[in-house]
Amino acid sequence: MSALIQLKNVKKTYKRGKESITIFDGLNLTIEQGDFVAIMGPSGSGKTTLLNLLGGTDRSDSGEINFDGERIDGYNEGQLAGWRARSVGFIFQFYNLMPVLNAAQNVELPLMLTKLSAGKRRANVETALKIVGLWDRAKHRPKELSGGQQQRVAIARAIVSDPKFLLCDEPTGDLDRNTANDILGTLQQLNQEMGKTIVMVTHDPEAARFAKRTLHLDKGVFAEVTQ
Amino acid sequence: MSLLNQTGSVIAMNVRSIPQRLWMSLATVGSIALVVAVLLGFLALANGFNQTLKGSGAPDVAITLRDGAASELNSVVSREQIDLLGQGPGVRAGPDGRPLISAELVLIVDGIKKSTGTKANMPLRGIGPNGLLVRPQAKITQGRMFTPGSNEIVVGAGLLREFSGFELGKTLRFGAQTWKVVGVFEAPGTVFESELWADAPVIQSLFKRGSTFQTARIGLTSPAAMPAFVKYVKDEQRLQLKAQSEQTYFADQAERSGLLIKYFGWPLGIIMAIGALAGALNTMYASVSSRAAEIATLRVIGFSGFSAFIGTMVEALVLSALGALVGVAICALGFNGLSASTLGAGFTQVAFRLQIGPDIITQAVTLALIIGLIGGIFPGLRASRQRPLLALAT
Repeated sequence: MSALIQLKNVKKTYKRGKESITIFDGLNLTIEQGDFVAIMGPSGSGKTTLLNLLGGTDRSDSGEINFDGERIDGYNEGQLAGWRARSVGFIFQFYNLMPVLNAAQNVELPLMLTKLSAGKRRANVETALKIVGLWDRAKHRPKELSGGQQQRVAIARAIVSDPKFLLCDEPTGDLDRNTANDILGTLQQLNQEMGKTIVMVTHDPEAARFAKRTLHLDKGVFAEVTQ
Repeated sequence: MSLLNQTGSVIAMNVRSIPQRLWMSLATVGSIALVVAVLLGFLALANGFNQTLKGSGAPDVAITLRDGAASELNSVVSREQIDLLGQGPGVRAGPDGRPLISAELVLIVDGIKKSTGTKANMPLRGIGPNGLLVRPQAKITQGRMFTPGSNEIVVGAGLLREFSGFELGKTLRFGAQTWKVVGVFEAPGTVFESELWADAPVIQSLFKRGSTFQTARIGLTSPAAMPAFVKYVKDEQRLQLKAQSEQTYFADQAERSGLLIKYFGWPLGIIMAIGALAGALNTMYASVSSRAAEIATLRVIGFSGFSAFIGTMVEALVLSALGALVGVAICALGFNGLSASTLGAGFTQVAFRLQIGPDIITQAVTLALIIGLIGGIFPGLRASRQRPLLALAT
């Protein structure tokens, strides 16, 4: 397996008033193609910062971030936005669907950033919704769907443009156990059958069990690696 | 293509989410509608007033006043001067073969305004047989023309609409004399419709004016004859009069009085617009903050800050355009064609109809869109600066 993501000696500091808070001081991380990594850790350990760096929604102060041979740490806002649209599918804790759009329209959003024709977009939306088993709910608005169904729509939105990498922030944090397991099963399937590389931040040890490995983050360092 | 697509999606989402902020959006639409309606009302007033004054003057009729007089009321023209005017170049001959000159005088009499029940000034004009010939647009529509030498008057249709007591057949009292209304005349879209007409010699004798008049209207062979005639009046030392085309005379008056209405309307419109702008800004800031999570999510997915900006701008413009539409509708249904009267030059009442035209609609709608533009620009910038942090989106 080759590395999909590599963080080398990454430093990240936030300024809060006059005080500067160091989150990472020389963080190294390698994630292989086809890996499914759960990241756990207490509040304030740097999970969210790591998620933002991996997703290209925040920039490091120094160090290298490589994605599939592409160095993204020097990218400006516009370049990062383009890279995210091409390469990353995001799955949020509270689904973050657009309430005025129906399921199919929500799933279609990332395709609006591509040059695909309307017909091709429709076909891809259909495929994505069929993968998550919600094609029959394509015309439903988010408020007409259950939490689990909304998260499935969000997963369909994350995979519709066929990115290599899925980034999940507490994807089951808002769901009951059974529904959570369903969603995690879907993620596992995407990893095993479609080869998606997945990084999932979670507080839930049960959820972490669906991953291939778990990293514990504490005070900006990976304290323990469980295979 | 992708920029168009993503901007289009954001615009569609913003506009479709307006019902989620229904009352706030309605308040914005309402306040913009009010601004448009008020401004349009004033502009329609000025427009109607201008059109009436401008429509009053003929290009081939010269009006002469005493040199230095600003209006008919403070002018004096003698019988001798009128004879001299008849010798000028380009003067048309009347049906009797003599120069077509209407020597006239104007007095102010009281009338009761229907709308307020208060007294107002109105012009009583003394004209001779040529009075109707120099006003081809004037027609007796009810009753008949006054008989020369009698205490009879005819009344303009505009005056009849705005003032009470002048109906056909009524007897009126001006000064020591009684007068009988024997006819109604129409002269659509002119100031003459706001006048009372009677026989000039009768007025001269009853109001002790001797043989003097106040103006003379001279029919010329064509508008092209005007400059030569104006020059003749200016150069003829015995006249001491000033001549100009009737069209120019009324256009000048229209400009002065019309500007007054207009310059009252615009500041009022702008002050109200500032109020409406505050409302629009408030609505749009609320819209941006209620969509903060949505905007952040779209930014995470890869949508540009520009699309968030344009989406907010378009929402503001849609609200202001709706407001403009409602405002124009209120005006068109409520005010357009409404008759009104106000003080014209010479301190007499001029009756006219409010007129909404494409040019003033354009002005009012432009103001509404400016409110929308400014009301959208700052909230739009805030939306575009929303950082695509995952923490914000969740």
